[in-house]
Formats: sequence, C-alpha cells, structure tokens
Amino acid sequence: MTPKTDPSLSPDATRRAEFWGGVFTELPLLLGVVPFGLVFGVLGLQSGLPAWATIAMSVIVFGGASQMIFVQLWGLATPVTVIAATVSVTNLRHVLYSAAVAPYLLHLPRHWKIILSYLLTDEAFAASLPRFREGAATPFRHWFLLGAGVTLWTGWWVSTVLGVVLGRAIPERWGLDFSVTLTFITLTVMSIQRRSEAVAAIAAMATALLTRQLPFKLWILAAAVVGILCGVVARRFDKR
Amino acid sequence: MMTLLILMIVCGVLTFLMRFSFIATSRFFPQSSRFYDLLRYVPPAIFAALIAPDIFWAHGETFAVMENPRLIAAAVAFVVAFFFRNVLLTIAVGMLVLWGVS
Repeated sequence: MTPKTDPSLSPDATRRAEFWGGVFTELPLLLGVVPFGLVFGVLGLQSGLPAWATIAMSVIVFGGASQMIFVQLWGLATPVTVIAATVSVTNLRHVLYSAAVAPYLLHLPRHWKIILSYLLTDEAFAASLPRFREGAATPFRHWFLLGAGVTLWTGWWVSTVLGVVLGRAIPERWGLDFSVTLTFITLTVMSIQRRSEAVAAIAAMATALLTRQLPFKLWILAAAVVGILCGVVARRFDKR
Repeated sequence: MMTLLILMIVCGVLTFLMRFSFIATSRFFPQSSRFYDLLRYVPPAIFAALIAPDIFWAHGETFAVMENPRLIAAAVAFVVAFFFRNVLLTIAVGMLVLWGVS
C-alpha cells in the first residue's frame, strides 16, 4: 500500500499520510505477531524469568525469535556470554535490513536514524521496503517506516504483557507460535517477483535445513549468504 | 536478577547496533549499485530461511515430512499466499489447517 503523495498537500498532511500508510500496512502482520507475543510471555515465565523481565525484554531487545532463544537458554542455565552471542547471531540479519533501507534514510538527522533503527524489525522492514522501493521519493517517506515500526512495537509488548497475564490459560497445543511462521510464508511469497528471487528463497531454505546444527544459530546467516549468492547467480534467468 | 537485567541490556544494545550499522554509516561510503543488487535478495532469502526449522522439524528435534501437521499447514498457507497475497487470510487458513490436521 503506497499512500498518495499529492504535491499540493501540506508537509504535515504528507507526513500523516505516510505514517498512517505504514500503520495500515503493518496492521495485518500483527495477526501473526500478537499470538507469537502471547507465546513469548508464557515461555518467559516458564523459563523462570520474572514477569517484569519478560515484559522489559520485549522493549529492550525487541526481536521475537531472539527473545525466544534468550529465555530458553536462560532456563537451561546457559553461560551469559553464550546467550549474548546466540542472540546477536540470531539478529545479525538485521545488518542486511539496515543496509537495504539505509539509502532511503541518508538525509535524516541522527535522532531519526536512531529511532528508525530501533524499530527496524523483520515485519517493519517487510512492510516498508516495498514502499521505499516502489513509492514516490518524497522527503517524508521515512514516516512510513515510523508508522509501521510503532505499530509493531506496540503490538509486540502489549501481546507480551497479555501472555504474561494470561499465562497457562493459553494451551500449548494451540500452536500459536506457528502464526509467525505463517507470517513469514506470506512475506516470502510476496517478496518473490522474479525467478532469481525464487531461487534465492529455495536455496536459503535448503541451506537452513542443512546447516541447522551449527552453533549460535549461525544457520540463519549461512542461509542468508547462500540464498543471496544463488539469487545473484540466477539473475541471468530473469525475464527482462 | 542484576545479571539478567545487564544481559538483557547488552543483547538490546547489540541488536540495536546491528540495526543501526548501515543506517548510521552509509553516507560515509560511496553507493555501489552492485552492492544494492545483492540486497534485493535479502527479503526472499531471509524470510524463507526463517520458515524452514519450524515446518521441517517436528517438536524442534527430528526432521519430519510425513505426519507433520505444520508442514501440511505450511503447504496450504503457501498456496493461499501465492494466489491471494493476503497476510490475514494466509494466517487464518494456516492456523485452521493446523488445528484441523493435528
């Protein structure tokens, strides 16, 4: 969804249009994120974290998969250096997101870059990149990422609080954590527009399956690198 | 508990720095179009990779193709996503299939 950026609109109106464009693009993704947040809240308590820490983590770390891994490892009395390393490697993919959105945020003052970096999660990135790439290059397009990011941020910590409060009332057999996988299935399909992108996705998936035994969740990075390289190599098969 | 709080802050700062990395520094080095060609493949590669462990490993342990409700639900969700390109519909159908077959 790309908001209309009518040149006759005032800057304020354009900012608002971008912000709400981001909010409304992000909202459907919350259907996958909220159940995942609930599951995280429950899992945090089960792993022996106090309620305050489980909720605080959703604001401090703000990265779903890495938080799941954090609490699991914490529950197993893993050394803190191993936890920090595993969380970092799990989130290393965000470096690539940072690189992908950076050209669209070049002109911004530092405080904007800090806020938008904090909000740059999988789902906010997925919602905003198409707008950056295909939408009009207006001076206010970063408000789109702000809208998407704030929406996801709110949904994430609110659902974590709900998970902590509801706790055991959520049966594990519901498999609510599957919702985030379904989100990524949609995001994968929607990110594929060319043959080479399909090649990248298939290669990354195969690599993820083959390298899953690597320590520190390095398989995510291995899959990303192999997928990207295979995509580049397969470019010659794209229709022009 | 102090250890826990410090560990969370360390993980939060590291995660932030990774998200900030290129956004903070990219104006200091030249924009190469070849580099941005690579980045085109970031979304399909990473999103596809993140799906894999959840659908091919039953209970996170054993590789399972047969009798794996998540793989069946994921396959149906993939078809729905392909034809309708709609997140809400894909999640709804995927969860219903998961509950139906398990």
